[in-house]
Parts: sequence; structure tokens; C-alpha cells
Amino acid sequence: MSQINVRVDGVAYTDDVEPRTLLVHYLREQLGKVGTVIGCDTSNCGACTVHLDGAAVKSCTVLAVQADGGEVTTIEGLAQDGALHPMQKAFHEMHGLQCGFCTPGMIMASVDLLRENPNPSETEIREGIEGNLCRCTGYQNIVRAVQQAAGEMAGSASAREEVR
Amino acid sequence: MTVTEEPAVTQAPPREVGRPRRRKEDARLITGRTTWTDNMVLPGMLHLAVVRSPVAHARITGIDVSAARSAPGVVAVFTGRDFADEQGSIPCAWPVTPDMVNPGHPSIAVETVNHVGEAVAVIVARSRTAAADAVELVDVDYDLLPVVLDMEQALADGADRVHDHIGSNESYRFVFDAGEAGTGADTEQAFADAEVVVSRRFVQQRLIPAFMEPRAVVVQPQGDNYTMWSATQVPHILRLMLAMITGVPEHKLRVVAPDVGGGFGGKLQVTPEEVLSLLVARRLGKPVKWAETRSESLMSAHHGRDQIQYIDIAADREGNVKGLRCRILADMGAYLRLVSPGVPVLGAFMFAGIYKFPAYRFDCSGVFTNKTPTDAYRGAGRPEATFAVERIMDELAVELGMDPLELRRKNWIRPEEFPFTTVAGLEYDSGNYDAATQQALELIGYDELRAEQQRRREANDPVQLGIGFSTFTEMCGLAPSRVLGSLSYGAGGWEHAAIRMLPTGKVEVVTGSSPHGQGHETAWSQLVADTLGVPFEDVEVLHGDTSVAPRGLDTYGSRSLVVGGAAVVRAAEKVIAKARKVAAHLLEASEEDLDYSGGTFSVRGTPGAGVSIQEIALATFAAHNFPEGVEPSIDADATFDPVNFSFPHGTHICAMEVDTETGMVKIRKYACVDDVGTIVNPLIVEGQVHGGLAQGIAQALYEEAVYDADGNLTTGTFVDYLVPSAADLPHFDTGNTVHEAPGNPIGAKGVGEAGCIASTPAVVNAALDAVRHLGVRDIRMPLTPERVWRALHDGGDGGDRATAGTNAYGGAQTETTAGVSTPQSALGGDR
Repeated sequence: MSQINVRVDGVAYTDDVEPRTLLVHYLREQLGKVGTVIGCDTSNCGACTVHLDGAAVKSCTVLAVQADGGEVTTIEGLAQDGALHPMQKAFHEMHGLQCGFCTPGMIMASVDLLRENPNPSETEIREGIEGNLCRCTGYQNIVRAVQQAAGEMAGSASAREEVR
Repeated sequence: MTVTEEPAVTQAPPREVGRPRRRKEDARLITGRTTWTDNMVLPGMLHLAVVRSPVAHARITGIDVSAARSAPGVVAVFTGRDFADEQGSIPCAWPVTPDMVNPGHPSIAVETVNHVGEAVAVIVARSRTAAADAVELVDVDYDLLPVVLDMEQALADGADRVHDHIGSNESYRFVFDAGEAGTGADTEQAFADAEVVVSRRFVQQRLIPAFMEPRAVVVQPQGDNYTMWSATQVPHILRLMLAMITGVPEHKLRVVAPDVGGGFGGKLQVTPEEVLSLLVARRLGKPVKWAETRSESLMSAHHGRDQIQYIDIAADREGNVKGLRCRILADMGAYLRLVSPGVPVLGAFMFAGIYKFPAYRFDCSGVFTNKTPTDAYRGAGRPEATFAVERIMDELAVELGMDPLELRRKNWIRPEEFPFTTVAGLEYDSGNYDAATQQALELIGYDELRAEQQRRREANDPVQLGIGFSTFTEMCGLAPSRVLGSLSYGAGGWEHAAIRMLPTGKVEVVTGSSPHGQGHETAWSQLVADTLGVPFEDVEVLHGDTSVAPRGLDTYGSRSLVVGGAAVVRAAEKVIAKARKVAAHLLEASEEDLDYSGGTFSVRGTPGAGVSIQEIALATFAAHNFPEGVEPSIDADATFDPVNFSFPHGTHICAMEVDTETGMVKIRKYACVDDVGTIVNPLIVEGQVHGGLAQGIAQALYEEAVYDADGNLTTGTFVDYLVPSAADLPHFDTGNTVHEAPGNPIGAKGVGEAGCIASTPAVVNAALDAVRHLGVRDIRMPLTPERVWRALHDGGDGGDRATAGTNAYGGAQTETTAGVSTPQSALGGDR
């Protein structure tokens, strides 16, 4: 067993984990963060995507010990002070989900995509989320959602600029 | 109770049906507050892991579980022998012919294994990891048997057999002959008299439903009661079947489908793992969980499609179709599961599509092979039928030198001919194929694309452009119970709903339909809001738990809205009828003088006198002032059994670029216009079309379950089984025409499968249209760059991804000689 210290969705945890424990298993089984799900065993589907120190990772591809000292944000910690993240809102508004199983990972990956590229084209969005599989939507409404969130986040960013 | 001077609701709320309501379901799904089965943790819960056969066909000569049993954390290890007397057989609810052979399907192998991935032992441990570790410690001795993989070889005389105890590899032979049925002319005569006959052999490759949420089961024993949570589409069917096969009485079983992450037919099943979880929980008296890995899912959850189709079409020189003859080999895999044999039969009546064939014959053999069983996958039988007819119409057009759309137009049912009884005996309800086609042509910019195609041809551009059509219909709204009975299906096709009026005026809607992504909570709320005149927000939809929704036949076959939604509307109408008596009493008026609108009863000719449904609900709860002899309840339930299927239709057009140098294909544009009847929620309808398109296009371009010559699934992970990503799919331009389904209380026809059924042939027809002038006459699905390149440069249909001797290999090239019967096509049988 190895001891890790990790902050998840704003809460500090100190835990013993098996060296082989994957981050996603740690999140789900030890912390009860079951909002993050497992869709495959080959790192293809992206359903388990979370943010580790601000960047998207597939939490099935990270060992829990690698998160030691790190800060993890899951889908459960994305909304702030009871307000949905613009990406969550956009997925709802644009009907970017059906069964919703891929949605936590899809949203976390999309947030990271906009962090790197705040104003992506449709092609850039499609390529940016190609590590996340959805079986229900055919992706079109997910693309729309990311575009809408990009617009909203750009709007609020420029609004902040103006205030300054 | 209180009769107000003014009606509580002064203004009728806007009509909900037709509004793009954002979904109620989303709130929990976008925040991770979900109830997937694998999220469940119960005190004392044990974890199951399944040891699976690594060989396709063998006798089990010994299993040594001693090392596994003594591994840390392992509570028990069971093999087939431990459950042989109580596991029964996985049920098959659809004996499609009286003499269909069902070899029986143990949940866990006892004597032999018949496909890779079949369960041979179950580990029970205190943790998921302890169970997984112990899987490696089970030692099984197998005495290998010959592996049967190719359907055509499997039917040959003297072929090796999948099941020793049955006489052949043929489970059944189902024939529908329109001449014999009296719904059409003599097919043999039609072909004998025909001026033109075109024959083709099409391969419907094996697919995997690949729902995103892997399957999971939790079972909790409580005394002699059992509660099962399962990632299933069919909690009601599952409960009934578990009771029948395990002997746990039905009233001692509760089945819950919590949040379920997609199904697409893949969770329309009673699975070996569900049975095993129940048996282990019963044996140990402890709660257990089984949750599969993706690799397990791809290997052992049922597959779909997998047909070889010999299609003959007869016509005259002017392009009037005269007959259609279909000889189908349908791969059942190693066993018959819930509706395995029925899947091709669901297509049997749809091969004629939207065309007025005077003669038709369908002849299908269900064939056993040493592969994972097949069963329902989005469309189930109808995509296979639609592909065959839409591909053969293109082939006939080429043979006749006609425009493929012109040929279709010449033969399809005219709008004024509805209702139209087809050569297969179905009564198509309504539609206008011309209107949908016109709209789709405009949507895609047809003339400009044809002009560009011409330019590229003339310039000998390495990237050629093709345009493909699919003008399709499907049968939805499964199903009229009497029709199912006539097809020997083991259950009816009705759906149940109940409405409970709560004292505060809020409404609980109980539906027997069991959603897993479709948006029932939203759409049903819209239906009830309109029918009852209550606010959308005041409606709560309950489902997926046999103790909450006690009657139901669940979700599949585009039936939820058409059948389940109709039941909801009928239940709401009954609530109003019951409330009318109470209103008349409270308003001291006669029932006949009451109008009901916007949630309020008012007295005709007496302005201002009214009582709302919410007030009646409270008055009913108190029951202080109630009409004599009337029970104090306005709750109601309804069971809706449709009198006919519904027939959505549409026109799908694909424009495809084919790079003749690399074989790469790319969808340039995709446009479709679907007629699904009344649209309750346009957002949800569009989403269903998008998702269906993605899966239909994936069959055409990406997905194929491939077995090697030993029967190993070589596409057993998402690395090898190509579920398309956002980058692999185009933008879709979608539209609708609306012809209400006559006889349906909502007017809806069903939309869940449309995109998946229609798109596959449009895509393949488009690719072929791009390269026919280069001598390519067929390309096998999926159209991988390698296959396309080979078809372009080596001739043939692009060949195989699999080893020779397997079905995916197919054994021979696609027959491409029009009108000539070859040994290859004759292998299909005696026609």
C-alpha cells in the first residue's frame, strides 16, 4: 500500500492505495465519486475523463499514486456555488446527451478543449473530442454544445476584460 | 371541496406537444448525480467475476478451482456443475417455426463450451480486484472440438456441428411466400416471365451494439425475496423470465433498471450473468454485484446483424419491378437468446420496402455457429431488409441504365394509395415518399452535387464523388399483440401506464416503458401536460422498477412513444372522465354540460363557474363531499394495444468522396427527411435521428466483429472494434414531413431506429456511385480504405478483414453477374 494525499473537488484526502490502483477506481471505490464512470478498458472511450492539476486526463490511464499531491476535479466538482458550468448548461440546452453515460467525460474533455482553444472551429471541436466516444448522439449536438459554451465563455471573458 | 367563483387557471398554457423542451433527465446526468447499477454499494456486498472460455468449441474435461478458492478474499468459486440443476436455460421467447430447434442455453457451461467468452466458472470475492485476480487461478481442461464459423459451410451435408445433440446446424427455416399467403402473385412465375433479373449476394457483417455503459447487475436477497438492479432495457421481461427459469416465484422478485446507459437492443436480453448473479445471491444469501469490463462486453454480450443475403429482383425493361426473392442465412451464433430467431423474421415483411412488388418470397435459415449469440441490435431485421432492397434497386437501375431515383419513383407507393397493403401483407398507414424526397434533394443541394460529380469524372480527378439514396420505410410500434401471436412470439405488444393525481395537484405518471436515454421523463410530461392541462413541471414520470411500475413490456422496437406514450394519453383521458363526475357534483351541474380545457372544468353557458383538476384532486383526497356511489379516486390506468404497426418513412441522401488513390472514403454531405408522424419533442426526435445515423453509417464504414479461423473475436476491445468518434462522422442535415399515424392517439410513428435503418444503404450506394465507372460493382461493409482500394485496383468487392474460413471472410467474392445463377447463389437453396 502507498499513501497518497490528493485534493478532489475541493476536499483533501489522505488514503492508502494499492500501487496498481487506477485513479478512476480510487475515485469511484474509495471516495464514492461515482459521477465519473468507466466505459472501457483500453483508454479509448474517455468516459472517465477528469481534470488533474487543471488538464484533462483519462482517469483509467493514471495510477492513483500519480495523483499524489495533485488536485483533481471531477464532473461532481465542476459546478461552482450551485451554478452549472457553462459547458454543463450548454450540453443541456443543445441536447448534447441522451443516455448520459459518456457525458461526464465528454464535458470534462470539452472544458479542457476550450482551455487550450477558446474559439475552436467545428473541425477542431470534432478532433478535440475524438478521444471521447458517445454512442447515442452522433456528436452533432455535442459539437453545438461546445460551440455554445465557447460563445458564452468568450462573452463572459470579454465582459471581464471590459470591467478591468 | 372548494368551488371558486373564477377558474383557477385563467389562460390555457401553450401546447406542449411540438415544443423543443429541454430534458428533465439532464440535471442529474450533467452533474454526475447518477444511479448507474455499478454505482451501487450494499453492506456485505460480494463481487463476482466470470471465468470465460478461451476456446470456441470444446468439451470441458476438468476444472480445478482449488487455487482460486484459497486465494485471499475469495469467498466461493462455482462451476457449471454447481448450478446444473437449477440454472435452467436462457429463455428464447420466439420460436419462429413450430419445428425450430433450440439446443438450450446454460448460463454457465456444464459439459461443453460453444463460443469464446462463454462462462465456465464464477468467482465470488470480497472485492472486485480479489475476484478479478482469482480468475487467473482457475484451471480448465478443454478437449477441443471442430469449430463451425462459416454459415454456408455449416449448412452443407456432413458439416461439423455446433451442437452434437441436434441433427444439423440449422435451427429453423422460415418461409414467407406471398403467392402462398395470398398477398401476391407466384414468385417463380414472376421470375420466369421477367425480362430482367438481377441477383446479388450481400453480406450483413456482424456488429456489436456497444452501448456505452457496460452491463452490471446487483442482487440483494431479503429473506425469500430478491431485488435485482440491472443495466437492462427490459426489467419487466427480465423479472418474468427469471421467475420462469430459476423457480424464484415472480412475486418474490423485484427488478429495477436504474439509470441505464444506452442499450440499442443490446440490453434487450436475459443474460447469463443476470441469472448467475441471482443464483449466487440465493446460494450465499448475500448481496452480490457483477460488473463487466468492456472486453467482456464485446465478447459475451449479444451481437447483431450477421446475415448472408441472396437477393434476386425481377423487372421489365421499362423498370417496373415484377418480383423479389430473398434467401437469407442468419447467424444465430452458438445459442438462441431472447429473440435471436425472431430478428430476421422482423425483417421478413420489410424486404419489399416502399415498392409495389407484385410477387415476393422470403426464405430464411437460422444457422448455428461457434460464435457469440446474435440478437436485437437497433433496427433488428429491418436494417438488413432495407439494405437489401435499397442496394438491389440501385443494381437494377444500373442494369437498366436508369436513374436510381427514377426507378424508385416509378415503383413506390403513391400518396393517394394509402392505406396500402403490401405484397408482404402489411398495411402501410400513411406518408408521401415524393414529398420527403423532394425536400431531401433540396436539403442536400442535389443538382450542384451532380454537376460536381460530372466535373470530377471528366477531369479524372483522383477524388471521385458519388451520391446514394435510400428511400425507406420501417415498421415500428411493436406491436399488435394478435400479430405477435400469429408470429408465435411469446408475449404481447401492449404497454401500460397509470396516472396518480396527488392531493397537491401534482401528477405521477407510471409507465411500463423503460428508458435508457430516450427522454421519456420529458416527452411523457409533455403528453400529460397537454392532455390533463397541468404544468409540465408538475408531472413526474416513474419507470423502470417492477414494484413501482408493475406492468410493462419495456423499451425496444421504436415502441415507447407509439405504444407506451399512447397508454399514458389513454390513462390521462380516463383521469379526466373520472374527474368529470366529481366536477359535476362539485359544480352542481350535469356532466354533459361540462367542458374541460386548460385543466379546468367549466359549465357551458355559466361563465365563471369552474373547478380545476388540482382542486378535484384535493377534493378526492379529502373525499368529504363526493358523489354518491363513486369511489374516491380519480387515478386511472390504461393498457394500450395497437391495432397495427406504424410505418415511418423517409429519404436519405449521402454524398461521398472516394479517394481512388488511397481508398479513403469521406462523407461530404448527408441529408435526410424523415416522416415519423406527430413530433412530440423536436429536440429529442432530431437527437434520435442523429444517433441512428451514426450507427447506420458506422455499419457502412467502420464496424465489424471479426472472428479468426479458431473462433477468437479479434475485435474484442475498442482499439479494434471501431465505434466512430466525432471526427469520423459528418454534419447531418435533417428535416421532417409529418403524416400522422392513423389510429394512434398521438399520431406518432416511432423514431428510435429510423436513422440506423435508412442510412447504411445510402452510404454504400454513394460510394459505389462514385466508382462504378471505374469498374467497381460492390464493396463489402465496412468500407475500409483497404477494401475500397482493393476493389478499385484488384476488382471484386474488396475482400475480407478476416481469415479464410470464417463468415466475415465469406468464402467467395460477391457475385456480380446480373441475371445469372451461379453455384455461389444456388448454395442458398432450392429456388
